[in-house]
Amino acid sequence: MKDTNVNNVIETKGLTKRYGHLLVLNHIDEVIREGEKVAIIGPSGSGKSTFLRCLNCMEDPSEGSVYFQGVDIADVKVDINVHREHIGMVFQQFNLFNNKTVLQNIMLAPVYVGKRNLRRAKCHNFFLPLTNLFRKTKKTPVEITTTKEEIVKKARARAIELLQRIGLEEKANVYPSTLSGGQKQRIAIVRALAMNPEVMLFDEPTSALDPEMVGEVLDLMKQLAEEGMTMVIVTHEMGFAREVADRVLFMDGGVIAEQGTPEEVFGNPQCERLRGFLAKVL
Amino acid sequence: MVKFLKKHWMDILVLAAVAVLLVMGASTIYHRFNFAKKWGFFEQYFITDSGYKDLLKGMKNTGIIALLGMLIGLVIGTLIAVIRVIPPYQKLVRYAQKVCAVYVAFFRGTPIVVQLLVGYYILMPLLGVKLSPVMSCVTIFGLNSGAYISEIMRGGINSVDVGQLEAARVVGLPFSVSMLKIVVPQAVKNILPTLGNEFIALIKETAVVGYVGAVDITKYFQDQGSNTYEYMIPYLVMAALYIVIVAAIASLVKLMERRLAKNERH
Repeated sequence: MKDTNVNNVIETKGLTKRYGHLLVLNHIDEVIREGEKVAIIGPSGSGKSTFLRCLNCMEDPSEGSVYFQGVDIADVKVDINVHREHIGMVFQQFNLFNNKTVLQNIMLAPVYVGKRNLRRAKCHNFFLPLTNLFRKTKKTPVEITTTKEEIVKKARARAIELLQRIGLEEKANVYPSTLSGGQKQRIAIVRALAMNPEVMLFDEPTSALDPEMVGEVLDLMKQLAEEGMTMVIVTHEMGFAREVADRVLFMDGGVIAEQGTPEEVFGNPQCERLRGFLAKVL
Repeated sequence: MVKFLKKHWMDILVLAAVAVLLVMGASTIYHRFNFAKKWGFFEQYFITDSGYKDLLKGMKNTGIIALLGMLIGLVIGTLIAVIRVIPPYQKLVRYAQKVCAVYVAFFRGTPIVVQLLVGYYILMPLLGVKLSPVMSCVTIFGLNSGAYISEIMRGGINSVDVGQLEAARVVGLPFSVSMLKIVVPQAVKNILPTLGNEFIALIKETAVVGYVGAVDITKYFQDQGSNTYEYMIPYLVMAALYIVIVAAIASLVKLMERRLAKNERH
């Protein structure tokens, strides 16, 4: 299981996805390295979104494996939730929690995970005297350095800091239904950031936005890219892909038909499908 | 004044006609059914002989059965609904879903009276459970409304955008927590009018608990009728009492709906 290079944040091996008889992804082997910005382009129905959703197992792969930091998260025995904490994801439809305020939206996951870890540590320490009876080398209890209140406080401070970063701190206590699309998407991005993810997956983050709001979201994503975040972006914004991406994947018919640096892909496309696609969108 | 009359003459006419009809009806009843005498019996039993104390006990029982039944029903219904929307990848989940389907089919497929009779006179002695009539009614009404609420809740859960669940799963919340913190609260908001309806239906259904010896509003008035050999006024009062209770609850539900809708408007 640990046979892959840890510098590869995500690695897929023989990733295949079928819906019934429909083959959506066909044996994809791909590596996303640390700090890399990968843009995925392609016509609709080519499997871009499915590929992205397989990377954090929102869609379970039919075959093949997905390694995240060397662990196969497509394996059913792996606790997927622990790994998903480290993979941020942003949706086309924002998907902010409608029944929570903006601040609660951002705090929910960090507080839950913090409290869960605290609970697990306490539980571990509680049963340690008993389990140590059967061990040759005795284990020492885990040190508990935080309390529930502290976790909430920290999460709140972090959430407010993130909101200040995108200039929406005065929206902290409103419900998402009152926000514009661009604001919602930026909050969705910082909600993912609140978990300090290793990699961010973007599933067409600007496709549901009004044209005038696309800019603010792309600007935030550019900032993230400059900070060295590992990013995988499914996008129709060719200009953005050319500017930000280190590598562009062109998907078609469930396979990666062509890939390379933006200059190669946009400047000197090799395969016929990519040429046809670029002629239509550019 | 003239303007008012010109605008509303039709309404005034209709209201006047209704009033005349009501008065005529009332006076017919009053004379034909010897109302004054019957009212005397009613007053004698209800007030002078302290019948109202028993009525209060009956109302308390109706309230207990309906409220606790609804609470149990909500818990069971939510549980069943959540189980029935889990993607059925594991065998255990599939079996649990089958069990839930059978449960719902059973409780929706038999009348509540039959469930009460079977439960109170057959199952409980068989299992050796000893409960007071009221508490056994609470249990059976809870189980019964659980089946109905599970279907309502399932509709509500399906009405919440699937992206809400995905967004919760993506940040690392497990299925159960995402359901309880994100999806179910939104589902409940969507189905609140239907839940209110279910509660009102439940209150009216409690009228059959007399079958197993629990005294509720209906049973009280039946008893009063058979004790005084005079049924008309007790039954009319009973109907009016149910209407008042249901109207009060309907307005409460409306208030709650407005409360919960606040994160949509602002």
